Amino acid sequence: MTVVIGFEGSANKIGIGIIKDGEVLSNPRRTYITPPGQGFMPSDTARHHRAVILTVLKEALEQAGLKPADIDCVAYTKGPGIGAPLVSVAPVARTVAQLWGKPLLGVNHCIGHIEMGRLITQGNNPTVLYVSGRNTQGGLVIAYSERRYRIFGETIDIAVGNCLDRFARVIKISNDPSPGYNIEQMAKKGTQYVELPYTVKGMDVSFSGILSHIEEASHKMLNSGQCAAEDLCFSLQETVFSMLVEITERAMAHCGSQEVLIVGGVGCNMRLQEMMGVMCKERGAKLFATDERFCIDNGAMIAQAGWEMFRAGQVTELEDSWITQRYRTDEVEVTWRD
Amino acid sequence: MRSRGSSGAADRRRRKAAAVNMSQETSMALQEFLSQAELIKQGAEARVYRAQFLGKPTILKQRFPKRYRHPLLDEKLTHRRTVQEVRSILRCRRAGISAPVVYFVDYASHCIFLEEIVGSSTVRDYIASTRRSDASEDLGWLAERVGQILARMHDEDVVHGDLTTSNMLLRHGLEDGESELFLIDFGLSYISALPEDKGVDLYVLEKAFLSTHPSTEALFQRLLKSYAAASSKSSAVFKKLDEVRLRGRKRSMVG
Repeated sequence: MTVVIGFEGSANKIGIGIIKDGEVLSNPRRTYITPPGQGFMPSDTARHHRAVILTVLKEALEQAGLKPADIDCVAYTKGPGIGAPLVSVAPVARTVAQLWGKPLLGVNHCIGHIEMGRLITQGNNPTVLYVSGRNTQGGLVIAYSERRYRIFGETIDIAVGNCLDRFARVIKISNDPSPGYNIEQMAKKGTQYVELPYTVKGMDVSFSGILSHIEEASHKMLNSGQCAAEDLCFSLQETVFSMLVEITERAMAHCGSQEVLIVGGVGCNMRLQEMMGVMCKERGAKLFATDERFCIDNGAMIAQAGWEMFRAGQVTELEDSWITQRYRTDEVEVTWRD
Repeated sequence: MRSRGSSGAADRRRRKAAAVNMSQETSMALQEFLSQAELIKQGAEARVYRAQFLGKPTILKQRFPKRYRHPLLDEKLTHRRTVQEVRSILRCRRAGISAPVVYFVDYASHCIFLEEIVGSSTVRDYIASTRRSDASEDLGWLAERVGQILARMHDEDVVHGDLTTSNMLLRHGLEDGESELFLIDFGLSYISALPEDKGVDLYVLEKAFLSTHPSTEALFQRLLKSYAAASSKSSAVFKKLDEVRLRGRKRSMVG
């Protein structure tokens, strides 16, 4: 029996979760939400995390009905992420690990998503589409091969989630509960398809073109009454999601894979899941997706990746327990799979 | 007496109706033709058939609708890729770069009739089988040829958009023992003079090359060296290639 606690706070969500042998015992989370039209600033985000982290930690233990002595390992997000929030969470993980006398494990955030996805969906060896707001990793097609999560396709500039979030700011959509969620709701009411730039380069995608186009054109289009904000949300989703489905399909064709797993915050989007589902059906492939408990950044996913790493014999020494803003998924040696 | 304006409009309507009729007839004839052809590959985006057309061995590449896309987006993309593919092939051929001859295009059903490069294999298969049978065989000559052809293509301001070793054909066994290298699959191509676009083109190839053929870094370096020797604009392109590579390694986290 192995019990791992995971600390996640690399962006605007702070979550702490506990996993016992594949069972999620608790997974409380708080989100730092800014007013419409504003993104979240690193220092404000870090301040938010510091204010709530001990409360969330208590909740995690209480909801799991556990005491510190019951924990076998303390996992935390080593990276990638935004510096200030990462730095506000790591010391707490380090401190409790030392206080409780437990080993520490630094986990790659993206691998946390992948391992949680694998646990929840029991997919065998899926092609993974990781879609989030994070610029280092937000729009990644990954497949496991020879002890690495290899990156097949990625965004060559900004993340898809970042593109959606910044568009939300331009037309002042609320950030509560998240800009992406609100774009999704508005898109459902869109009726008109507006042509937007579509950019796939080989196995990679580019979102900066469509973002700059829509940033420039949206005010003109909305003011002239050519289309409604709902139509722009709809068209933006249709275009960027088509790009992601296309590169996923290309990776599947390249690897001969028949399974797809969507992880990351943007993976909650039902339209993206729907489109991916249609693509899979036409190829006779299977689609796996998780719900908002696990799509969105959370502590349990870090605990799950930590569980795998710990059982494979990995441990992070205190002097190696730094954090890093840039941490590529394919840098990690996946010793827990063969 | 009718004014010129109204008879002009009526003429246009008549011509348009005739064109639509003709394209419908063409599509029906095409469907019949395809049903007799041999399907050799169903890719993610197109079905590839083999047939005889005007007495020549022909490849038919038909792009089919992707149902996950919004129909307007799907039609625009499919049409654009068909047009881009044909345009880029013609542009390459005019510049003396080896690519299949385009025999015919049906834009209504997005089907391109191309010269079949008989007796060829993809560079991907060639590299894989050569390394399997004789790991020590030096494929440097092939890397150099690829570097050269890409340099010439970029100097024509054609950006391929989907460079992989599966999109290059090698025809060997010609009379003088020489082999000919062809570029194919120009669906994602476009015209651009920007070093950034050419740099990304090479970046896409580098990733595809190294992931498909493990431990070939040195071979790819020879490809790039050959490219530099054959192209007058390579230094700007390589600078951009470096930048795109770095972007992958060290993307900053600004929200």
